[in-house]
Amino acid sequence: MAVDIQAVREADHAIVVVPRRRPWRWIGWAITAVVVVSIAVSFLTNPNYRWDVVGGYLFDQRILDGLVTTLKLTVVSMAIAAALGLLLATMRLSRSTLLRGVAGAYVWLFRGTPILVQLILWYNLAILVPSISIGIPFGPTLWSAATNDLITPWTAAILGLALNEAAYLGEIIRSGIIAVDKGQTEAANALGLSRFDAFRRIVLPQALRVIVPPASNEAIGLLKYSSVVSVIALPELLYSGQLIYGRTYETIPVLLVVCIWYLVVVTVLTVLESRLERRLGVGFRATTDGGKRWSRWLTGNR
Amino acid sequence: MADGKPLVHLRGIRKRFGSNEVLKGVDLDVHAGEVLCLIGASGSGKSTLLRCINHLETPDAGRVVVDGDLVGYAERDGKLHELPERQIRAQRARIGMVFQHFHLFPHLTALENVREAPMRVHKHSKQTATATARDLLDRVGLAEKAGAYPKHLSGGQQQRVAIARGLAMRPQLMLFDEPTSALDPELVGEVLDVMRDLAVQGMTMIVVTHEMGFAREVASQVAFMADGQIVERGAPADVLANPAHERTRSFLSKVL
Ligand SMILES: Nc1ncnc2c1ncn2[C@@H]1O[C@H](COP(=O)(O)OP(=O)(O)OP(=O)(O)O)[C@@H](O)[C@H]1O
Ligand SMILES: [Mg+2]
Repeated sequence: MAVDIQAVREADHAIVVVPRRRPWRWIGWAITAVVVVSIAVSFLTNPNYRWDVVGGYLFDQRILDGLVTTLKLTVVSMAIAAALGLLLATMRLSRSTLLRGVAGAYVWLFRGTPILVQLILWYNLAILVPSISIGIPFGPTLWSAATNDLITPWTAAILGLALNEAAYLGEIIRSGIIAVDKGQTEAANALGLSRFDAFRRIVLPQALRVIVPPASNEAIGLLKYSSVVSVIALPELLYSGQLIYGRTYETIPVLLVVCIWYLVVVTVLTVLESRLERRLGVGFRATTDGGKRWSRWLTGNR
Repeated sequence: MADGKPLVHLRGIRKRFGSNEVLKGVDLDVHAGEVLCLIGASGSGKSTLLRCINHLETPDAGRVVVDGDLVGYAERDGKLHELPERQIRAQRARIGMVFQHFHLFPHLTALENVREAPMRVHKHSKQTATATARDLLDRVGLAEKAGAYPKHLSGGQQQRVAIARGLAMRPQLMLFDEPTSALDPELVGEVLDVMRDLAVQGMTMIVVTHEMGFAREVASQVAFMADGQIVERGAPADVLANPAHERTRSFLSKVL
């Protein structure tokens, strides 16, 4: 027996849908609002934070110099680490046992020892190796220099941070490459693309989707742990602050200044990251629309 | 039809994975303009054989000759020396391949998928490659989907883009590995239609398939594979309707 769909449909039109009531959602909002407001009020009204002092140091030249140092350290180390990490990842995925072994040993060594120790060793390289020379082994020397002239706090800091970070980024990049379906390389090979083109045009863009979120995490981590270079007397953001309050004892306000600047930089990094993620997500999203309005505004993707 | 040298000439192809001998000495000839349908049970070595033809898999013994060229090797002093990558790539570029699971590049649009290899391998300009790609997409009935990403295409549409991508390299030979096996039944027809058109236009094709209707109608030869060997080969009417071998008969009774 057939059913008259039209008749059923007309009957259905009379039915009204009432959304389920969600009282807990409102209670959650109310509790959150109370907590946020009370924290904000205490923050602003408690005189111990010394907001006047915070304002005074926010654009202090020493703080700004420290900020620039931190940014330089992060950007340069991250760039070197990304290049070296890519090399390590391709070595670990290569067919050559030698390359795999060398890269594996590198990762093992640099991930396995504290960054603090690595920095101190780089800084004191002259004690271990008084001079560095380039030449033919057991043959003539082409170039040579005293280690002490090469290793400044800056070069030691960049060496330490970049070489250490490369070990971590290398593993992140490797996992990104592995995550790309083998069929992609196969299709590229079947078309006659070179190994380089297949990697750069086909595998890498897809691997980056997996690589960017943890790599951004690493960048933010590096931004903050770059403060360990204070052990070799390089005044970056945090150390600059410590130098100030060491003399004035305005510990909390100066640390607040430092935190404000870290937060500013991390916010910028986060915006850049989400922008990059959107670009790399092209073709992978179920819909083609540009996302929510606020995220379009945040990423400038209008 | 059988005059002159075959375009594809396989002799004594052997391949083992560990202790599992997958190809046990396969001989096969396909002439220009012919369509060979390769049928056989799962695990009989059809995909492996196809992949030996464009050297995605390296045979352990035997020779693959496509258009007079030994694929993947140079013969010197009675030995086969594997060619440098660059030469293998040049040989592959003349052989198109279509996979069961399409393997379209998800981060590229249909048009970009099709024009990528001509731009990189043949160094065609962007304009030339784009124009060719548009023609090909038109040919497979997807002119209006040029800007779509694979994710937004149906399986049948994706496979048609994959065929266009293979054709963009102007291959002398197209290999199809179960091109319709991953498709919903109602989408199989549109892909087979494109392949039928190709056959009519004289493309040489080797097609691994379970679509017996297509084999009967389009194939010039059907080869039946079992246990790493070609057991039986001939005109579709003979092999499909009148199999000589017991194994062919029992396979066909299961799939027909
Ligand atoms: N890369 C590999 N490593 C190890 N074994 C493999 C590999 N590729 C294929 N094999 C094995 O070789 C045999 C033949 O595989 P092949 O894919 O050629 O079969 P097929 O005829 O295409 O089957 P199907 O119809 O399931 O696709 C199978 O037993 C399979 O497990
Ligand atoms: Mg197969």
